[in-house]
Amino acid sequence: MASETSAARGATGSAGGLKGLVALVTRHRVLCALVVLALLPFLTPYEALAVNILIFGLYAMGFNLIFGYAGMLSFGHAALFGLGAYGCGVPIAKFGVPWFLALPMGIAIAGLASVVIGWFAIRSRGIYFAMITLALSQVVYYTTYQWVSLTGGEDGLRGVNVPAIDIFGLHFDMLNPTTKYYVLFVFAAVAIALFSRILNSPFGAVLEALRENEKRAMACGYDIARTRWLAFILSGLFSGFAGALYAIHLSVVPIETLNYFNSAEVLMITLLGGMGTFFGAFIGAYVYIMLQDVVTVVTVHWQLVIGTLFVVLILFFPRGIWGSFLKWVRA
Amino acid sequence: MNAHTPLSPAAATGTPIMAVEGVVKRFGGFTALNNVTTSFEAGRLTSIIGPNGAGKSTFFNVLSGQFPPSVGKVFFNGVDITGTPQHRLAHMGIAKSFQITNLFPKLSVHENVRIAAQALQARFDLWRPRAGLKLDETVEALLLRVGLQDRRHESVDTLAHGQQRCLEIAVALACEPKVLLLDEPTAGMSPEEAKDMMDLILKLNAERTVILVEHRMKLVMGISDRIVVLHHGTLLAEGTADDIRRHEEVRRVYLGQSV
Repeated sequence: MASETSAARGATGSAGGLKGLVALVTRHRVLCALVVLALLPFLTPYEALAVNILIFGLYAMGFNLIFGYAGMLSFGHAALFGLGAYGCGVPIAKFGVPWFLALPMGIAIAGLASVVIGWFAIRSRGIYFAMITLALSQVVYYTTYQWVSLTGGEDGLRGVNVPAIDIFGLHFDMLNPTTKYYVLFVFAAVAIALFSRILNSPFGAVLEALRENEKRAMACGYDIARTRWLAFILSGLFSGFAGALYAIHLSVVPIETLNYFNSAEVLMITLLGGMGTFFGAFIGAYVYIMLQDVVTVVTVHWQLVIGTLFVVLILFFPRGIWGSFLKWVRA
Repeated sequence: MNAHTPLSPAAATGTPIMAVEGVVKRFGGFTALNNVTTSFEAGRLTSIIGPNGAGKSTFFNVLSGQFPPSVGKVFFNGVDITGTPQHRLAHMGIAKSFQITNLFPKLSVHENVRIAAQALQARFDLWRPRAGLKLDETVEALLLRVGLQDRRHESVDTLAHGQQRCLEIAVALACEPKVLLLDEPTAGMSPEEAKDMMDLILKLNAERTVILVEHRMKLVMGISDRIVVLHHGTLLAEGTADDIRRHEEVRRVYLGQSV
């Protein structure tokens, strides 16, 4: 964020070109993100893939708040995404709750989980933070796994049927993939605008300060523990929102949404796109999911490809796609 | 010697702005501070000096709330602040600068001071745009104060060491402290830079209490209202520069140096 705003300032004086374009895109980041996402169904082979990119982009955006902006590596975000999905899916499938109540319920349950998980996790740093978030997310995984009557256990939750969405007198047929994409796009747009607003707020500046120098931030008068906690909760709310949309999208909630592999996936998406950058989450989601789609046609060993990709990223490409591009433009 | 008039009402009533009482700090079996009791009057410039390993930094860290003492108490305006978290001390009016430059390295000079100043206004505000806080004037005044106004858009890691030290001071001042605690503000500086820094500190002292830790005794002799000498974790002497110069024990400790 900091580097993004400073680029915007630097480019206003200098001659246009690519630098100016990047500065312009950065200044109008929400609009640019929405324009590209609105065109996404035309940039993917089929709509379901576009929906996946949208949802995982949203999920990575939430994860990026804690990982890229606040500098804390959570390895338990699957719990927040998954609880968002179950929190929205269970009321619909088991209790016939309408979607517009179930969606906020999913977000609330993910938020509640991040309050609890965050409360424990913020006390530690680095690898210990990663381990605690991982351990607590596994607790959520196994609880959900065992609670078959409510969650469907190993088979996942079935019957999250939202065949149509009626809003403001308009009728949207969710069985039409294109319509479904654009309905979910509107939800995502709200989240993206909110996210940008948070990054631009005074709290966004505190997150940067925290990442840059915790000791100094503390001496300046910032309550580090509460700042970290709030960041974790916000991150959880966005991840839970993505999860809730995922439940509506799939009509089922697979138990895999809570698996630790899902925590690793969002980390890879974020790294691939560029941690701590606004567009990184969606660029990462696009490349990752497209790659997965292509590779799984050729071979079943998709995880082998991911493993290799992960190593290459960490070693040679730590800034990710958008992060490297920004650095190249500004050099 | 500077004859300062006390500024704080507390000083008028005789309550020192900061005080430590029977402070002991142990690290494992090692006693870094042993039963130190002293107080600091409001508006004054006090220097804490002592040879290497005297316990100056430990004393500074206890005073600034970096860690609590093993035994004893720390007071601010008569209130017991022992064990109070650091971020709360900043809001009470105690600011500090670090011995090793401790800034936000990837942010600009302006943003470093702005974030520090923001702590007084907005810490958990998620909604307003941060530009709406209107901190630019405050930030510019602080940068002007320490002479960094021409470097405002530069990234901190491009600044010279002496300039980073000055920025440390500006960042510490941003929370409008009543007490400014400085840990070796001239560390790593050339004699000229150190002289400039002391001039700056003297100016800052006109508006607030300053307590500084310094290794180089000569630097502080001319400007301090009061000097506290630590040696082997105990308080060896305290008084005016003249008192310290005449002090037999201090002379012995600083053997070979002209006091």
